[in-house]
Amino acid sequence: MSDSRAMRRAAAIVGAAETARVDVQPDRSELSLHAEAALAALADAGLSPADVDGLATAGPRPSQIAEYLGIVPRWVDGTAVGGCSFLVHVGHAAAAIAAGYASTVLITHGESGRSRVGVERRVPSPATPWGQFEMPYGVYGPPTMFSLPVVRHMARYGSTEEQFAAVAVATRRWAALNPKATMRTPISVEDVLTSRLIAWPLRLLNCCLVTDAGGAVVVVGGERARDFPRPPVWLLGRGEAVAHQNVSQMADFSGSEAYRVAGGEAFRMAGVGPAEIDHAMLYDAFTHTPVYMLEALGFVEPGDGGPFFAEMRTAPGGELPVNTNGGGLSHTHTGMYGMFAIVESVVQLRGDGGARQIEGVELSLAHGAGGMFAAGATLILTNQP
Amino acid sequence: MAERLMPEPTPESAEFWAGLRRRELRIQRCRACERWYFYPRPFCPRCWSTDVQWRTASGRATLESYVVCYRPAPGFEDCVPYVIAVVTLAEGPRMMSNIVASGVDAGTPPEHIPQLLPAGLPLEVDFGKRGIGTGAALELPLFRPGTPRAQGADR
Ligand SMILES: [Zn+2]
Repeated sequence: MSDSRAMRRAAAIVGAAETARVDVQPDRSELSLHAEAALAALADAGLSPADVDGLATAGPRPSQIAEYLGIVPRWVDGTAVGGCSFLVHVGHAAAAIAAGYASTVLITHGESGRSRVGVERRVPSPATPWGQFEMPYGVYGPPTMFSLPVVRHMARYGSTEEQFAAVAVATRRWAALNPKATMRTPISVEDVLTSRLIAWPLRLLNCCLVTDAGGAVVVVGGERARDFPRPPVWLLGRGEAVAHQNVSQMADFSGSEAYRVAGGEAFRMAGVGPAEIDHAMLYDAFTHTPVYMLEALGFVEPGDGGPFFAEMRTAPGGELPVNTNGGGLSHTHTGMYGMFAIVESVVQLRGDGGARQIEGVELSLAHGAGGMFAAGATLILTNQP
Repeated sequence: MAERLMPEPTPESAEFWAGLRRRELRIQRCRACERWYFYPRPFCPRCWSTDVQWRTASGRATLESYVVCYRPAPGFEDCVPYVIAVVTLAEGPRMMSNIVASGVDAGTPPEHIPQLLPAGLPLEVDFGKRGIGTGAALELPLFRPGTPRAQGADR
């Protein structure tokens, strides 16, 4: 029987890019955001679309992206489990490359989340479990569903609105160091706690941005990693999990099983532990998601996530730099943010971070969320051969 | 004002919706492992037995978690703010619902919300209609703060 540990460094990311702008772009369609990011990531790897023989995407179907780019890949993955889909794709691409199904895999994301230009309409389905057992109670987008478990976390562990607010404050400090970030003006805990109520305990500044942007990465076999212009980033560990679809069916509101399973798989494959991670990207759709992730991934004990952020231990100068691009809260959040977490891990491992670069990063972890605590995916990446 | 969408029963959930029209909370119980479950399906999601039956739940529950929604979904403009909750039924299963008569209204300072609606608060079912439009005619299992009662569920 195979063991995923044999897959350490079997694949590498050799191209990574975001669109030139990541804020609000009403002059761009969703597909053009995909294409800009795809072409930029391929150029970063010194490649062209003609070199791509594997394609993965979520949002538009892979066939739509293949048609738009004018390519016919011989391997395809359209796994769509929400914002962490692209982290899932990286793991799948590594397996496909090892199996010989593809040699050069392009993973693309583009989303006109804010301006909704050229977006395929998805209508709610009143006969699904969600349509029957959640929709009738007036849920309205992620702020009313992704946030439903938070009061239970507060009740069980004593975590506070101030602690969740501190996540936004720490993340904004990183955004101030990223010239591309959408929101760069410093904020205080008080600013968060007095911002407009959305769905208590959530206020406006507890919620991510909604933007128009794209990102893409190129994955090849690990043995080819040094054949490309930029410093290679090897895949050391990956994990993925789905736990439910509807948030009301989440087994335990005080912790995420999907995140735990995905993280555990990634650490086991990589053969490292949380203490060895130098840099972490923890998908911040809301201020509470990095708290749940820090706990589920084992960086802290359950319940200790809120205090960890409140003590600014993830902020610039802190012991564990988290969301160094400014995160979904301040950099960009198109809807499916996971791609931007991967790209920032690559930026840090290449030493390309400029004012926000962390000294001596060797191990970076990116963890994505999908749906309403429904899915999780973890990548552990390294620049060490 | 936008009209809200109507939920559509499937053959597997028809008894749940029919029960609501009689103001009964009908959920399923597995005869093999003796556990209740929700939402409806033709087998037990814990032991996968198909020996399952419909029963009427006690209507007693506790408050698992919630948000107080200040930006209404289409059709909910007339009841802002409203409480979207997940409740744990006395029989065990969880379900989403709204908390009515919660004491939280547009004038409630947010810092008072945790005292009015502490996690674990005992609740009881209160069938009612929600929203505006065609869906408003539909009876739903809502919950209101209650006191734990001595009489047991229909087990
Ligand atoms: Zn059973």
